[in-house]
Amino acid sequence: MSSKVMVSTHLNGQEVTFLCEPRQTLLEVLREELGLTGSKEGCGNGNCGACNVLLDGVLVNSCLVLAVETDGRTVTTIEGLTPPDRLLPLQQKFLEHAALQCGVCTPGFIVSAQALLEQNPQPTEGEVRRWLAGNLCRCTGYDKIVRAVLDTAQSLAGDPAQDSAKEVGR
Amino acid sequence: MHAFEYVAPHSVDDAVTLLQESGDAQVLSGGTDLIPQMKEGRRRPPLVVDVKHIPELNELVYDPVEGLWLGAAVPCHRIVGNGAIARAYPGLVEAISLIGGIQIQGRATVGGNLCNASPAADSIPALIAHRAVCHIAGPKGPRTVPVEDFCTAPGETVLEPGELLVKIHVPAPPPNHGGAYQRFIPRNEMDIAVVGAGAALVLDERGQVIQQARIALGAVAPRPLFVEEAGAFLAGKPVSEEVLEEAARLAREAARPITDMRGTAAQRKHLSHVLTRRVLIQAVQRARGEEAGRRNGHV
Ligand code: FES
Ligand code: FES
Repeated sequence: MSSKVMVSTHLNGQEVTFLCEPRQTLLEVLREELGLTGSKEGCGNGNCGACNVLLDGVLVNSCLVLAVETDGRTVTTIEGLTPPDRLLPLQQKFLEHAALQCGVCTPGFIVSAQALLEQNPQPTEGEVRRWLAGNLCRCTGYDKIVRAVLDTAQSLAGDPAQDSAKEVGR
Repeated sequence: MHAFEYVAPHSVDDAVTLLQESGDAQVLSGGTDLIPQMKEGRRRPPLVVDVKHIPELNELVYDPVEGLWLGAAVPCHRIVGNGAIARAYPGLVEAISLIGGIQIQGRATVGGNLCNASPAADSIPALIAHRAVCHIAGPKGPRTVPVEDFCTAPGETVLEPGELLVKIHVPAPPPNHGGAYQRFIPRNEMDIAVVGAGAALVLDERGQVIQQARIALGAVAPRPLFVEEAGAFLAGKPVSEEVLEEAARLAREAARPITDMRGTAAQRKHLSHVLTRRVLIQAVQRARGEEAGRRNGHV
């Protein structure tokens, strides 16, 4: 039995220190030790994207990261990306387009799509589909999700006042 | 997952010592193969050595004369996002961009793709075509191994106990150089190659005669297959449909595929032929500087 390790991570804007075993994934620690249950476990092996988080700003599957690896690094989950009291434009468009049914895939899609729009504010449909290819949804058939992302991009471009709403936490 | 110890050394020497002492430790870079394998119980190392904190393994340097130095722990997104590297080696970067979706690209490494030694690994045929060489550290000192000799069987490499893949060197592309990689998958994205083909060649300054060429195939043999004879056949020949067709036929002949859930042996033979012809045509177009905008397998 390996002993627990102390890990300090910059998580959703706060310094967080936790104890974990090396065999625990980041997803497991987020959900079971830190109470951040927004990230979902769909497959646990890197295929579905329901567990997506940003690690030092880079989109990764948290089920394929060991929690010990995040020592000294920055982790942003769906909870850190979305304001507690209102919806991001992207979330609003997911509602308007009915881009979710059971909702299990939704946090992963929001994290992925938000990361896409940050680095490519006006993606083509092909770019959206390629970017989201690692996110699986068993309910919607994807089309509504893709339309919600494209519509978000369009409305943010058309309304510069909304641009600041894109920046989380303002 | 089973219980294991985790260490993250900061130097190649420390990593080699740890790997040598433990015997059956596993190296962790991107973890996109290792972590699922550990979850499934297919690998149960007592010690996991995270090599992402070792400076040499994070090196990513391109120089038009020296070529490309690619640290074994550099994640794919850093390579794909580097414009100078993508322009110098479009065929290689396309192959690397096909390793998983965006979130896998954020973690997966070319070094890991090599060490996992899947016969269907996308980066390996392209690396072979581009004359890449593995630089290895170990208890007996450093050594180099050409990429075509690195994998020995599914999941097996030439690495001896205690040895560590440190970086990969890809020579600078000479003038009139072109490379390409294409694969066949039944989906549009995120799948494992049924067959993959990589080619790189150099034309004379008029763009008419092939001076040298290298071709490699994925998923048609127990390890990524260097089809040396097809490249040798092309050397010195004028570019023509018949000549490229003959090289593609030689690749088909060299392929020794099996039938499995992804495809039959006969289909893979056929794909070896078709994909080799396509990558050769694309490599010629690139060497002539006449390719129109097809990138990452998307129109
Ligand atoms: S739970 Fe991580 S990719 Fe499915
Ligand atoms: S809404 Fe159910 S999986 Fe996507």
